[in-house]
Amino acid sequence: MKTITQQKPFEEIIQFLEREQRVYLIGCGTCATMCQTGGKPEVLEMKGKLEEIGKEVTGWMVISTACDSLTREALEEDIEAVQRADAILVMACAFGVQTVAQYVEKLVYPALNTLLLGHEDSPGHFSRICIQCADCVLAQTGGICPIARCPKNLLNGPCGGSEGGKCEINPDLPCAWHLIIERLTKLGKLDKLEAIVPPKDWSVSFTGSPPPPR
Amino acid sequence: MAIPFREVLNSGKFVITGEVGPPKGTNLEKMIHHIDLLKERVDALNVTDNQSSVMRFPSLGTCLLIKEHGGEPVFQMTCRDRNRLALQADLLFAYARGIRNVLCLTGDSITVGDHKEAKAVFDLDSVQLLHTVHTLESGWDIAGNELDGAVEFCVGACVTPDADPIEPQLIKFEKKVQAGIQFCQTQAIYDLDNFRKFMEYARKLDKNTKILAGIVLLVGARMARFMNESVPGIYVPEELIDELASAPKGKGLEKGIEIAGRLIRQIKEQAICDGVHIMAIGREELVPEILAAAGL
Repeated sequence: MKTITQQKPFEEIIQFLEREQRVYLIGCGTCATMCQTGGKPEVLEMKGKLEEIGKEVTGWMVISTACDSLTREALEEDIEAVQRADAILVMACAFGVQTVAQYVEKLVYPALNTLLLGHEDSPGHFSRICIQCADCVLAQTGGICPIARCPKNLLNGPCGGSEGGKCEINPDLPCAWHLIIERLTKLGKLDKLEAIVPPKDWSVSFTGSPPPPR
Repeated sequence: MAIPFREVLNSGKFVITGEVGPPKGTNLEKMIHHIDLLKERVDALNVTDNQSSVMRFPSLGTCLLIKEHGGEPVFQMTCRDRNRLALQADLLFAYARGIRNVLCLTGDSITVGDHKEAKAVFDLDSVQLLHTVHTLESGWDIAGNELDGAVEFCVGACVTPDADPIEPQLIKFEKKVQAGIQFCQTQAIYDLDNFRKFMEYARKLDKNTKILAGIVLLVGARMARFMNESVPGIYVPEELIDELASAPKGKGLEKGIEIAGRLIRQIKEQAICDGVHIMAIGREELVPEILAAAGL
């Protein structure tokens, strides 16, 4: 499992940097490297593209895990080049971008969109596995999450758009409920689905209402 | 005054419901024409709720219009655009304004509609919405707070008898029955043999739920093929497509009306289910012709 990222359109990145002449580039050696969105080759490619449009790249680094607090030390190692830049372009997930922002008094821009926490099934093809809803439903669904995998977050079975085991919104997307029912049938545990599942408690989730203090 | 839909369902007569699709905009003329045309011909009129995820005049407002015009509305509610607060609030409003029938649906995906960048809600699903209606009926909201004045609805849901595979849909249908429904309107059916099999199962599960077979008017062979290829849960048998294709040029629609009428007649004569729900999708003015073709 990893944080799946995708590079933003270069035009959008240029817009961010419209008024920034000197840029420092940061990649990440973990998820973004595995996704080929923020590893060394991608950082160097970005450097070339920025220089081509007349920007000065004051330096670059690929931090081993950009979301880790060790990012602070990594930045200090090249602090002079970092300080010379007008802005920092981070080729890591949103967690990495925010970690960098925490440690540097500079404007920080994301070069990537953070899509989801999930699998990369094949290059460029991802499955969403968990949305970290803080109220795990897997006990009722045979270990397959309909909150993460069904576009309608359905808890009581499929909608009418499930056809041939696929989701109506994308023929490449398996219907989560088809998978759940297939699995529970195989296990002889379809009775798990008999009871009506009540509305979900979103109060504990960061993706629903603001979380209660802990 | 229209007869309450619940009474019609319990009367044992062959039930006929129709549908109006609200317009995009505030020009209600055509829809009011359809309401006036159909209100006496059908037992109730469903009002779609931002159908196909396309933003339109609201279902709730249209239900009020139908009431004002002396018809019996069925308030279709999807879970796509409202969270549990908004859904409950609309149910309170609907009841207070005399709307007595509600059809609880999940709703289409945002991605099929005209506001593809919208945030889908789906805070509840259709089964949970059914449960919510019954909780409000008991005088409480679903957070456990007492209501000052409850609601009472004749509650329905939908089912897709031609889904492939059917088992997942039946699991959902059983939950809807368990949650408590008075009626169920099906997705379009064209294959009566398959529908009979579904009805055998549905009757065994529960004798009381009234099942109304979905009738969608086919306007030609092209539409039938498109539905087979692109609409989940709809299956038009080859012989019906051939029949539509055999119609002389420009007569496809007439053939479609004939087929819809024939299906309704067969369902009624063979007492396959309790009635039909006619979806003319934008051609509501043809419903009287469909009924005439059915001998009704």
